[in-house]
Amino acid sequence: MAAHTKVLVIEDDPQIQRFLAAALESHNYAPEFAGDGNEGLRLATLHQPDIVILDLGLPDISGLDVIVRLRKWYTRPILVLSARSQEADKVGALDLGADDYLTKPFGVPELLARLRVAERHVALRGGADEQAQVQIGKLTIDLAARRVQLDGADVHLTPLEFKLLSTLVRHRGKVITHRQLLREVWGAAHVESPQYLRIYMRALREKIEPVPAQPRYLLTEVGVGYRLVEALDDR
Amino acid sequence: MPPADPAQRPDPDALLARVQRDEARAQRGRLKIFFGAAPGVGKSYAMLEAARAQKAAGTDIVIGYVELHGRAETEALLEGLEILPPQRLEHRGIVLSEFDLDAALKRHPAVIVVDELAHSNHPGARHTKRWVDIEELLGAGVDVYTTVNVQHIESLNDVVAQITGVQVRETVPDKVFEAADEVELVDLPPDDLLQRLKEGKVYVEDKIRHALNSFFRKGNLIALRQLALRATADRVDSSMREYREQHAIENTWPAGERVLVCVGPDALSERLVRSARRLASALHAQWFAVYVETPQLVRLPKAARDRVLQTLKLAGTLGAETANLSGESVAREVLTFARQRNVSKIIAGKPSRSRWRDRLKPSLVDDIVRGSGDIDVYVITGEPGAETVAPPRTPSRSSDWRAYAKGASVVVVATLLCELLFGHVELTNLVMVYLLGTVFVATRFGRGPSVLAAVLSVALFDFLFVPPLYTFAVADAQYLITFAVMLVTALVISNLAALGKRQASVARQRERRTGELYGLSRELAQSRDLQELGAILCRHVLAGIDGEAAVLLPDDAGLLLDPTHFCARGVERGNLMRFPVPGNDLGIAQWAYDHRGKAGRGTDTLSSADAIYLPLNALQRCIGVLGLRPKDLRQLEIPEQMHLLESFVTQAAVAMERVQLAAAAQIADTQIASEKMRNVLLSSISHDFRTPLASIIGNASTLLDDASSTLGEERRRGLLVALLSEAQRLHRLVGNLLDLTRLTSGPVQLNKDWVALDELIGSVLNRLRDALAGREVSIDLPANLPLVRCDEVLVEQVLFNLVENAQKHTPAGTAIHIAVKAWPALFEVSVSDRGRGLPAGDEQRVFEKFHRGHAEAAQSGFGLGLTICRTIIEAHGGMISARNLSDGGAEFRFSLPRQRDEAP
Repeated sequence: MAAHTKVLVIEDDPQIQRFLAAALESHNYAPEFAGDGNEGLRLATLHQPDIVILDLGLPDISGLDVIVRLRKWYTRPILVLSARSQEADKVGALDLGADDYLTKPFGVPELLARLRVAERHVALRGGADEQAQVQIGKLTIDLAARRVQLDGADVHLTPLEFKLLSTLVRHRGKVITHRQLLREVWGAAHVESPQYLRIYMRALREKIEPVPAQPRYLLTEVGVGYRLVEALDDR
Repeated sequence: MPPADPAQRPDPDALLARVQRDEARAQRGRLKIFFGAAPGVGKSYAMLEAARAQKAAGTDIVIGYVELHGRAETEALLEGLEILPPQRLEHRGIVLSEFDLDAALKRHPAVIVVDELAHSNHPGARHTKRWVDIEELLGAGVDVYTTVNVQHIESLNDVVAQITGVQVRETVPDKVFEAADEVELVDLPPDDLLQRLKEGKVYVEDKIRHALNSFFRKGNLIALRQLALRATADRVDSSMREYREQHAIENTWPAGERVLVCVGPDALSERLVRSARRLASALHAQWFAVYVETPQLVRLPKAARDRVLQTLKLAGTLGAETANLSGESVAREVLTFARQRNVSKIIAGKPSRSRWRDRLKPSLVDDIVRGSGDIDVYVITGEPGAETVAPPRTPSRSSDWRAYAKGASVVVVATLLCELLFGHVELTNLVMVYLLGTVFVATRFGRGPSVLAAVLSVALFDFLFVPPLYTFAVADAQYLITFAVMLVTALVISNLAALGKRQASVARQRERRTGELYGLSRELAQSRDLQELGAILCRHVLAGIDGEAAVLLPDDAGLLLDPTHFCARGVERGNLMRFPVPGNDLGIAQWAYDHRGKAGRGTDTLSSADAIYLPLNALQRCIGVLGLRPKDLRQLEIPEQMHLLESFVTQAAVAMERVQLAAAAQIADTQIASEKMRNVLLSSISHDFRTPLASIIGNASTLLDDASSTLGEERRRGLLVALLSEAQRLHRLVGNLLDLTRLTSGPVQLNKDWVALDELIGSVLNRLRDALAGREVSIDLPANLPLVRCDEVLVEQVLFNLVENAQKHTPAGTAIHIAVKAWPALFEVSVSDRGRGLPAGDEQRVFEKFHRGHAEAAQSGFGLGLTICRTIIEAHGGMISARNLSDGGAEFRFSLPRQRDEAP
């Protein structure tokens, strides 16, 4: 691995800082720590980190404020940490420009997976054209040819279904909120009509999921949005 | 009785009372009764049609209980309506289904449909009668639709029994029928009803013939229909009256009517009571049932006296105030009581006796009619052979001069007798004849006439029989002694007789007082509201004393408030009166309150006032003050009256204190309950936290120990895995606890959105994938499951808890089944397992806080998971229940109501 990825952790709890330091350093990241929001913003401008991990509950300013101020100039991934039963905060953070979230308490493998997704998106954004063809488990999606195959057989999608799937593919591995999906697929006028999304999502699952009621590809993040998995996990 | 002040405009107090009544009614649910003459006229059908109409209009309406009797057309109407599952009651091994009051209260719809108002509940239900269930629902603010047949109305019960020969045991008090906000008559001509019956639309085949022969005879049906129509018409009349009152149409408002019925020891009395009840309710009058115990009646056999008590009790349940008086003359006591209570109509039974007996001895009715004055007397026919009250002796209630005249005439009779005896007996024996006359006068006509008789006797004896005859001169001075002894003896006797009479009257007075006190205490016992208690006290005080009265209650600082701010009226003679308390008088009242002593008119303190203020002294403190301003101040000077007044005040004070203490006790109870809850919580928490913490501390310290390097890699890893899983368990416990605190600390905030239930199930199974490994999880979803409007996060948590419970409490590898059903009014989701099921009797208790199924510590949480589920589902207006499946395993089932503005 060439240069270590620079990670800025904005988190006030020293125990969590300690465990993140151990986990990140042992996986070849270069972590830096800020104990509150202002300190975090200062360090971000100073060191230009590759990824920011941000706790939503900070002692000085709210995590959502930090996102707003960071996003004025910072384009790289922001990963949000939040407690459970704060779905509204998660959605708020994502809609303000955070890339993904993790619910406390979380395990190290989960954190590393999210970081990998974030890194890959940075690479894509900075690099060449998007991959034209994506393979997830037995699902093959050819964005350029507008073609979807499951286990080698063609799957016929309506134009809207395809648009929905391709949006998810572009953000694969990351959670997308209902609003983001609605805006990208249906347009800004429909962001308050989540029922469309539910119905189309069900139709899409009927076509690409082996067991639609127990989806493996298109996961529901209850109260937040949807996530298309990067790779089928074979548990 | 002074006439009531005719109000041209609506009386402001009456309007206020109406507004208050309307308010009370608005908080209470509205009762709509579908009323019919006989079974099968289509009441249930009409009710369900109305329910459907309401449903279509968007009302939150629920079917609480409907008896179908196998009528298919009625059953068809149930489709699409939400139906509460009936309660299953087990009684001697038989499972009976009954309307589930608790579920209905919990569901709390806007309108609930509960069939058959007169139904008697099966043993084990909360109330013995369904109408009491309905009262409770109304009290909780739920509107109720119900049905009832005319033969179930209490006061019509005997009439119906006479017509049909069938005694109906299930009755509904008239007050329930009368208090209904709406009565809809469901009418069907008898021929049509019989036709329906023959077609089998009313009863199933085998019952039809029996029914046709007994109850459903055409004659019966015509009579029942007439009764039902009339009962409905009476109600229409009352609503019209209310309308007129509201719009001041009535010019001469009749003073509040009061009806009195005389009860005797005969069989007729029961009918009299029911008639009086019907009359009183038609007039909207207060009514009394009175029994007068005369010396003859005291000697009645016990059975007859029991019947009197029975009749009075019936009158009491029909809403009468009952009184037990004693006196020599029934008519006189009845009339005295009637005047005291401003009774306007008296009902008495007509004795069926031959004319010659009437000539000899006037009947009770005759006596009452004669003395009634401006009171109307209604005479009701008796049954042949049934004597009314045993005819009383009838001493003429003559005015004074007539008593004197009668006394004098007795002396004349004695004189005539002496004239006959004169010459045949000694003169001293003639004296005896006169003395006998005087004694007779004294016992019958009292003291004055007997004194007159004594003097007259002496004079006549002297004039007619003592020589020299026909002069008052006396030849022999001995006769002076005779005169003196005769006069003294006569006077002493008359005094003694008069004293006896007065004692009897005192005894009667005492009886009346006891009766009035009893009446007061009975009313006081029924009320739980301080101001209402005050109003009751005022009303009873004003029944005895003409004037104005008010109860003044203190504010928190112990300062009496002007009574115009709350209940300031005593109701008397149908008029509402305001009791003005001038600033000065308020001070006197305050003094009475502060010093716990009476003040004002007729007392030692501030007696210049024109009202008297009596403190309402209870055992521990003074509750308030009764202010009384009599029209005639002399009324306060009668000692009996004052005694009675003070007894009234004491009783009311005790009742008010009881109400205050009960309120305080209730607060204390709540505090104790929450304290107990906290203790249970603390002990539960400390236990449940300690177990995983012990394991975490143990594992971590083992790993930190210097000797840990000697552990094999595998064992180190084992310790770490244990550390992690215990920490995760602790996390779950904390999460549950936090959720519960959040959900129960106030009204649950629902963040509702259109949600696909299949998506939630998928998410839950994904979260639990590791835990569910190796199990067959089957899912039964209807095609095109509509979206449901709910809080996505919370409902997912319910599902999560249920599935996790199924996983935790059943052996590894057993199957779990999840099913969703979409009904017209609700979604139903069930999670069932193949484990050993719930412990018997735990089906309800599993939802209680800190309840654990089997007492196994290893896999138990706090016992909070299901409580959280219930809180969430109930916040959504749904229901959650648990049961054991017949073929093993437990099933948890919850429902979510469907919204009308259904999503695509």
